[in-house]
Amino acid sequence: MSVLNVFNIAGSALTAQSARLNALASNLANADSVAGPDGQPYRAKQVVFAAKPVDGGGLGVRVTGVVDSVAPPRIMYDPKNPAANEQGFVTMPNVNVVEEMVNMISASRAYQTNVEVMNTAKTLMQKTLALGQ
Amino acid sequence: MIDRIDQTLGFHQRALSLRAYRQEVIASNIANADTPHYKARDIDFKASLQGAMGGRGGPLDLVRTAPRHLPAGGNAPAGARLLYRTETQSSVDGNTVDMDVERAAFAENAVQYEASLTFINGLLRSLQSAMQSQ
Repeated sequence: MSVLNVFNIAGSALTAQSARLNALASNLANADSVAGPDGQPYRAKQVVFAAKPVDGGGLGVRVTGVVDSVAPPRIMYDPKNPAANEQGFVTMPNVNVVEEMVNMISASRAYQTNVEVMNTAKTLMQKTLALGQ
Repeated sequence: MIDRIDQTLGFHQRALSLRAYRQEVIASNIANADTPHYKARDIDFKASLQGAMGGRGGPLDLVRTAPRHLPAGGNAPAGARLLYRTETQSSVDGNTVDMDVERAAFAENAVQYEASLTFINGLLRSLQSAMQSQ
């Protein structure tokens, strides 16, 4: 059934977009974390999307991996900071807050659109079930 | 008589399955709006329905001899021929999904699907009233 497949497709998109929201929430939360679990400054995480065939036809989305951003770290002058080097510079995470906010808007809009797609498919399915009544 | 009912219902049935298939294809486009290198697809509804009425089958399916093989051709209904959408604004990541176009197509297709359902409902209702005794 093609219309039922829409649920699989939009559902995979919802999962992927929420993974993206998770990653950028952790980026925003750690925008000022001088040291991560490994002692190094936190690096911004980015999710990678790829199209994935779903059962019964159609293409859904899959998160193929979470990669560390290769952007250069932010260098801040703060000699009082315990993480500062001899010259008084602190290596801050390479999180770009503006970029993350834009990313968040994009992810939330994409999520909303896919919910809308699911709702439409549900309405169509219900009308199909009521056929001939 | 029965074959005439079948003929009329058959047309709507094919149209409905093509509409449902198109809905699925556009849902795939919307789901992959942020996937790099994804190419938006759609079907030419008129040509597909003409093909379906002319007895043309769906795209050829490849035989899957191992469970890990990807389905090719898939479950496309009779007559459906998947095409690639001409992009209006190209993006750097190779994605050709234009959200406005897709959303408009999705809404339009949903209405057309409902129209098909209304036609079938009307057909069934007139059949029922024709069969009533008084």
